[in-house]
Amino acid sequence: MAEEVVLLDFWPSLFGMRSRIALAEKGIKYEYKEEDLRNKSALLLQMNPVHKKIPVLIHNGKPVCESLIQVQYIDEVWHDKAPLLPSDPYQKATVRFWADYIDKKIYDLGSRVWKTKGEEQATAKKEFIESLKLIEKELGDKPYFGGESFGYVDVAFIPFYSWFYDYEKCGNFSIEAECPKLIAWAKRCMQKESVAKSLPDQQKVYDFILQMKKHFGIE
Amino acid sequence: MDEVKLFGFWASPFSRRVIWALKLKGVEYEYIEEDLPYNKSDLLLQYNPVHKKIPVLVHGGKPIAESLVILEYIDEVWPHNPLLPKDAYERSVARFWAKFIEEKSHLIAKLYRTDGEEQQEAAKEYFEMLEVLEEHALIGGKKFFGGDEINMVDIAFCSVAHWLRVVEVFAGPKIFEPHKFPRLNSWIQNLKSVPVIKDNLPDTDKMLALLKRWREMLLASKSS
Repeated sequence: MAEEVVLLDFWPSLFGMRSRIALAEKGIKYEYKEEDLRNKSALLLQMNPVHKKIPVLIHNGKPVCESLIQVQYIDEVWHDKAPLLPSDPYQKATVRFWADYIDKKIYDLGSRVWKTKGEEQATAKKEFIESLKLIEKELGDKPYFGGESFGYVDVAFIPFYSWFYDYEKCGNFSIEAECPKLIAWAKRCMQKESVAKSLPDQQKVYDFILQMKKHFGIE
Repeated sequence: MDEVKLFGFWASPFSRRVIWALKLKGVEYEYIEEDLPYNKSDLLLQYNPVHKKIPVLVHGGKPIAESLVILEYIDEVWPHNPLLPKDAYERSVARFWAKFIEEKSHLIAKLYRTDGEEQQEAAKEYFEMLEVLEEHALIGGKKFFGGDEINMVDIAFCSVAHWLRVVEVFAGPKIFEPHKFPRLNSWIQNLKSVPVIKDNLPDTDKMLALLKRWREMLLASKSS
């Protein structure tokens, strides 16, 4: 039976980018469907009735929801090429821990940096930089979070690079000044075709956020 | 055989999950009770410098934090009595529900820590979570999420269900009415009959007393 893979997504979504990268790493052909989040498709609502969110990976008609769960699923099903998770249980636990940290801390703090202003933003910015420094420490001198090869934490975190310009402009700071190793890592990842073709242009993301801010009255 | 240690807190649903998983697998471990919230041990802070929280599992000197990450680790190192299905798709579904429950677990703390509108908001969100689980999670008339045996989703849910009954008693609104949630209710009853769970539930009266004390302290410090 031919494999049918569909990805319901939205172009600036950090989470959607993860699945795009994983699918590209494995060389999987799939149909990309852009969702209009103000007008969600019947397919999206049917495939993700609980959260009604993108991304949704549909494999032979069956939906997989939540980006990190999708990446693990992709890695397990197409296991013969470009492994993303390590095979050692302790190393696996470590990468899962950091992916969880990225979602729990970095994502939330980043959101607060562009969504708020004044003192709230100042606090968020400080904590955001601290969280970036922590993850930069975890990277250390390795070329990738996965060591010599691009892995799960790299997939989980590199999408944020497309949002760095937005965070920097909104928060008025330089991520490169604070975390030079992270920027070096990001540029290394961007050399990979799977990453380069999955991430939108930083300026495009920033323009989109400006529109969102106007729309929600956050100036 | 490498030594297994668990840093936990008797009243925490998160560390209870790890206990159930270890007992289910018959893994011998040393349990270290942490004196929360103000007196965390140096060892705990050393093993979990990022979050400084329990539970932390230490296996052969190497620490693992975050209860669901710990459960997956336990399942991989001790594969008998599996916590996740073998099929990749079924596994993704189980992970989805475990994550869903995990994301709502903070509501338990909100229910006993707050009052007024904030508490009502938490109660409403919790109720909606139960509705979602009732409608979507346990389809097919299974005894447990894991089928005839409990798995990771059952463990995650049980920790939340048991704590809800405790918190509900003094924190306010009646969120869980059995007749409104027949599937969840029979799920909870089935879970309570599993020896590993039944024999390892924290004392309800003791928990009520502790949470009541914490609530009084928190609400008093808010108004002062």
